[in-house]
Amino acid sequence: MQLGIVCGTLVASQKDSRLEGINLLIIQPIKPDGSATGKTLIATDSVSAGPGERVFWVKSKEAANPFAPLEVPTDATIVGIVDRVQVEG
Amino acid sequence: MLIGRVIGNIVATRKNLKLDGEKLLLVQPLELSGAAKGTPLIAIDRMNAGPRDRVLYTQDGRTAQQILGRGTAGVDAAVLGVIDEIDFGAAAPKS
Repeated sequence: MQLGIVCGTLVASQKDSRLEGINLLIIQPIKPDGSATGKTLIATDSVSAGPGERVFWVKSKEAANPFAPLEVPTDATIVGIVDRVQVEG
Repeated sequence: MLIGRVIGNIVATRKNLKLDGEKLLLVQPLELSGAAKGTPLIAIDRMNAGPRDRVLYTQDGRTAQQILGRGTAGVDAAVLGVIDEIDFGAAAPKS
């Protein structure tokens, strides 16, 4: 899983029927210190996250799993909302 | 499988149900030489790894789901073991 921050939402009325009812959020991948790393992307949301929240997300094939048994065509899904990042290394 | 160093952990109350109760570690990927490489990732941990431990981990979804043992789940990284020692013998790579 990777860390990210929700920086926006996306609305698409016309989309694959299996994406209906699922929120699409824009996330910026971040490092543990909160700095941005890499490109922003669009992810489906399985935990009702909102803009400004730090989240962690899965990509590729496993992105569809949180919606099982539905087969949602997605390649990135938010699976948790971060309360706290504790760095002690 | 890859090696990394535990640099912290994530506390997340609201998360996917399949991840309920799972310990989530922040792992900094390492090269075999020990140098940090790339962005830290989040992995589930059933091995009781602690801060600064060097760990063996996977970034393969299928393997991570096997470790989780809850069938199909939104997880793509898991700690597989805590490293005691790495011995290259005579063929140590140059870093």
